[in-house]
Amino acid sequence: MADAIKGWDRNQIAARAALELRDGTYVNLGIGIPTLVSNYIPAGVNVTLQSENGMLGMGPFPIEGDEDPDLINAGKQTITELPQTAYFDSAQSFAMIRGGKIAMAILGAMEVSETGDLANWMIPGKLVKGMGGAMDLVAGVGRVVVVMDHTSKHGESKVLRNCTLPLTGKAVVNRIITNLGVLDVVAGGLKIVELADGVSEADLRAATEARIVG
Amino acid sequence: MNKEYASASAALEGLLFDGMTIASGGFGLCGIPELLIAAIKDVGTKDLTIASNNAGVDGFGLGVLLATRQVKKMISSYVGENAEFMRQYLSGELELEFTPQGTLAERLRAGGAGIPGFYTKTGVGTVIAEGKEHKDFNGQTYILERGIVADLSIVKAWKADPSGNLVFRKTARNFNPPAATAGKICVAEVEEIVPLGSLDPDLIHLPGIYVHRLIKGPHEKRIENRTTRKKEFV
Repeated sequence: MADAIKGWDRNQIAARAALELRDGTYVNLGIGIPTLVSNYIPAGVNVTLQSENGMLGMGPFPIEGDEDPDLINAGKQTITELPQTAYFDSAQSFAMIRGGKIAMAILGAMEVSETGDLANWMIPGKLVKGMGGAMDLVAGVGRVVVVMDHTSKHGESKVLRNCTLPLTGKAVVNRIITNLGVLDVVAGGLKIVELADGVSEADLRAATEARIVG
Repeated sequence: MNKEYASASAALEGLLFDGMTIASGGFGLCGIPELLIAAIKDVGTKDLTIASNNAGVDGFGLGVLLATRQVKKMISSYVGENAEFMRQYLSGELELEFTPQGTLAERLRAGGAGIPGFYTKTGVGTVIAEGKEHKDFNGQTYILERGIVADLSIVKAWKADPSGNLVFRKTARNFNPPAATAGKICVAEVEEIVPLGSLDPDLIHLPGIYVHRLIKGPHEKRIENRTTRKKEFV
């Protein structure tokens, strides 16, 4: 397949996703590439990170020797607190998620569709991980941004007309950021917002099964 | 009222039976009732249904009850860290009721609060919604989820007083309060039992009415995913 076209790497995808953050908002970052987004928060943009295991105001990873088994993020990684940190239980945590208090979630994906369907929690018969808090997040937060590789290892598009894997949410994704560029979910399909470095519009279209409009 | 027991096995005496439902606190290995889990393993109670966000890891937390085949069914949102769990599930030996994390927390909270069911948007349009009642409110579709009432709750807190008032520490609170309330009986394990009057009544996270029996550590408090940064970035 078109293996010469690579576009952005994981960190560049995360850096691009960080531009989605709006000053003064509460945001939830998923596991994997989304966690890297916190390394690229633009200067002057103040966001409070929510960790769905029961924390607002998530700080950076601890310095070696300062790890606290009672202080982890949703990926079970050791983290630190900030002066504004608040802790709460899981019911309270999802009350704020379901209640629409979190402005945005940035999540990983296995597949995404042109109507904004998201699949990121299981591959039947092969991989059973679970949805964790992802189904609650996509149902409750104001805006859902997905970060992912545009194609599989075998070069097959993961940006599809319809997802083939069990869904995490139906018509929930607003924006898709991949190694090849940025796409928005709009009426009738996906709209190209931006191309990654070294990626042409033809490259992006060739790697996308979903309908591209506009 | 003194709810303190000498050991985990003493605190569980008369509470365990085959086929029972247990609600457990904890997220990953953080804030899990590790002493009570170990004691349930020693008793050998079988055919358990366990409502817990995760299933521990191989050899620690709820993973030890999977290894001994004491678990019939898990009600969980995420089991990705446990190879034995995945093996038993994919081979059909273990039942799994996947429940979104927020729905699980609310099912426990609701069960403990006398609410048999509630409507949520979470899972609409997914396999989670299959077979569940759908209802529209203000133009949006919701599904009916059921509260969970367990025969027994097992939780871990930081401090308790002898009356069972609990204080948790940092993100080790997680599922412990909702799980505690969901049980007909709740046993809590804590790191320290302090004298009556030494906890500020305004700063108690879970009132002692929900806690029937107490035991004290020591706890291993294993870290699942130790992640650090380099000093020069400070």
